[in-house]
Amino acid sequence: MMREISYSEAIREAMCEEMRRDPSVFLMGEDVGVFGGVWGVSHDMLAEFGEERVRDTPISEIAIVGAGLGAAMMGMRPIAEIMFGDFLMCAGDQIVNQVAKARFMSGGKARVPLTIRVTSGAPGSAAAQHSQSPESWFMNIPGLKIVVPSTPADAKGLLKTAIRGDDPVIFLEHKMLYGDVGPVPEGENFLVPFGQANILREGKDVTIIGVSIMVKKALQAADILAKEGIEAEVIDIRTLVPLDKETLIKSVAKTNHVIIAHEAHKRAGPGAEIAAVLAEEAVEYLDGPIMRVAAKNVPLPYSPVLENYVLPDAGDIVDAAKAFWPGRK
Amino acid sequence: MTEYFHDFLLEIYRRMYLIREFELRAIEERRRGLIPGFIHSCVGQEATAVGACLALNQNDVITSTHRGHGHLLGKGGDPKFMMAELAARSTGYCRGRGGSLHIADFDLGILGANGIVGGGIPAAVGAALAFSLRKEKRVALSFFGDGATNQGSFHEAANLAAVWKLPVIFFCENNLYGEGTPQSKQAPLCDLANRSASYCFPGIVVDGNDPIAVYEATKNAVERARQGEGPTLIEGKTYRYRGHYEGDPQVYRLPGEMEEWLKRDPIPTFRKRLLEKGTSESQIKQIEEQVQRQLDEAVVFASSSPVPKVEDALAGVYADIHDGKVF
Repeated sequence: MMREISYSEAIREAMCEEMRRDPSVFLMGEDVGVFGGVWGVSHDMLAEFGEERVRDTPISEIAIVGAGLGAAMMGMRPIAEIMFGDFLMCAGDQIVNQVAKARFMSGGKARVPLTIRVTSGAPGSAAAQHSQSPESWFMNIPGLKIVVPSTPADAKGLLKTAIRGDDPVIFLEHKMLYGDVGPVPEGENFLVPFGQANILREGKDVTIIGVSIMVKKALQAADILAKEGIEAEVIDIRTLVPLDKETLIKSVAKTNHVIIAHEAHKRAGPGAEIAAVLAEEAVEYLDGPIMRVAAKNVPLPYSPVLENYVLPDAGDIVDAAKAFWPGRK
Repeated sequence: MTEYFHDFLLEIYRRMYLIREFELRAIEERRRGLIPGFIHSCVGQEATAVGACLALNQNDVITSTHRGHGHLLGKGGDPKFMMAELAARSTGYCRGRGGSLHIADFDLGILGANGIVGGGIPAAVGAALAFSLRKEKRVALSFFGDGATNQGSFHEAANLAAVWKLPVIFFCENNLYGEGTPQSKQAPLCDLANRSASYCFPGIVVDGNDPIAVYEATKNAVERARQGEGPTLIEGKTYRYRGHYEGDPQVYRLPGEMEEWLKRDPIPTFRKRLLEKGTSESQIKQIEEQVQRQLDEAVVFASSSPVPKVEDALAGVYADIHDGKVF
C-alpha cells in the first residue's frame, strides 16, 4: 500500500526534494523560515537548508515577486510564497506586466522559471481579504501557467513540474485542503504533467468539472447522485492554463450534461472560460445548459451563516445535476 | 582629479555621441514611417547612461526604463538590432515583439527596458540575489527616473536589497520631470539620493551631465557592492532636451530652463574637454564619422529586414508550448 501524507506535507516534500536535487531552487516569502510558514507548510525547512535558501522576507509582495523574476532570469529557480491569494494584487504589476511577459517581449531571451506558491480559498470566517480564489484574475494574462491541485498526490507532482519547468507558474494551494490525507508516491521523479485533467470517477449521465476544493465536493455530490440513479463523471481540472480541452469535450460527448464547480466568484470565474470553450467546441453534444456552481458575486462575508450562503457546496452541485431532469423524483 | 587614459575618454565620447545620434536618427526614421511605435528619447541624458555602464563589467547586468536606448547602447547594445526592433522587424533584438520599451540582450547583461515606471527595479534586486546566492562577484544596476522613486516598487526593492545587503546599484536619472510634472510637485525633497537614508545605505548626488563624475560615483558603488557591503543609491542630476515622448508639446517647461541646461549639454561640453586635453579635431571627427556610418548601416539593416511572420505572434509565450494552442 502506498503511504499516505497530507496535502501540506506533499507540498513540503516536493519543495525539499527539488531543493536537494537542484541547488538553484530556493524558497522565499513572508514567515517561511523561522515561523515555518503561517500554514506550517515549510516547517523545519530552515533547519535543513539554512537561511540562504529558506528566506524570510519583509512584507513586500512587489519585492518578493520581482526578486523572484530577477533571480529566475539569472538562472535560479525561485519558489516565491505569497501568504494569501488576496495579496497577489499587491504584486500586480510584477506578475502581470513583468513576470508574465518577459519571455515574449524579449523575443524569447528571458527565461522565467519562477513558481509563485499562494494560498487560496475560504478557510472559514476569514472575510473578504483573506478568502478569495484568484485563479481567474490571471487566466486573462498570457504567459502564466495556473495550477490548482486538489489532492495530496497532485499537489506534490504538479509542484515539482512547476519548479522544474521554465515558465512562471501561479500555484494555488487551497487552505481547506492542507489537512487532507491521501496516497502520495515517493521518489523524486514523481511528476504530474500540466494540461492533463484527471477523471476521478467515471459516469455516463453528467460531467462535473471541479476546480481545486470543489473537486472534493463534486465527489461527495456524485455519491449522493448515485443513490438517486444519476451517474456523474467527476473531472479534476488540475491546471487552468494550460487547459485540457480534449478530456472535457470527450466527457461531455459521453454524458451530454456538464456542471463546472469552483469556489471563485461565478462572474468571469474560471467556469466562464471553460463554459465558453464547451459552447464553442462541444455544443452539439449538450442536452441542456452549461451550469456553473460557484461563489455568489459578493465579497466573502465574515459571518459563518452568510459565508456558507455565499460559498458553493456539494448540495449545490446535486441540485444543479437534478435540474437537468426536472420530471424525475 | 584622476587622470584617465586617452582611449577611455574617447570611448566615453564615442558612446555618448552614438546615443545622441541614434536618438536623432530614430526620431527622423519615425517621422519617415520606418518606426511604427512611440519613442521616449534620452537626448541630453547620455552622460548618466555612459558613465554608469562603463563602470560595469560585461557580465554585470542592468535593468532599464522606457527611456532606455542610452542604457542599452551604453552597455554595448548593437544599434543595428535596436533599430531593427524599433522598425518592428524580425531581425530586431526582440524579433519585433517588444519594440523600444522592451529591448533586452542577455548576453550583454541587458535584462530589459521597461514600459512601467519603476517596474524593473525589483528584478535588478533579484538578479543581485542570484549573484549573492551563487557567490559570484557580479553586480546589478537598475536605471530609473525621478518619477520612479515615488513608486512602491522602488521602496520595496531598496528595502529588501538593504536587508539582504545585495550587490545592487540604484541609479536614479533625475531629469527634473516625471512625464510632465516637475519634481517639486511629486516629492517633498530636493535630493532624491536622500531617499536612501530610510534604508541605511549611501545616497550620492552627482552631476549627471558629467560622464566622469557619473563613472566615478558608480565605480565606487560597484566596488562596495562587490565587497559585499550592499546597495548604493546614485542620483545623477540631468535634463532631457526633448519631450517625454516625441510629439509632447512640453507646455510644462519653465521659461529659460531649457536654455540654461543647453549650456551644459554633455556632448559639446565633453568634446571641448577632449580638445583641451589635446585630442585633435580630426580624431574626434573620425569617431563621429564612424558612428554616422554605423547608424547608416543600422537604418539600412532595419529597413531591408523582413517583417515577422504572423505565426510568430503565437509562438514564444511559453517555453514548451510553441504553437499557441494554450487554450
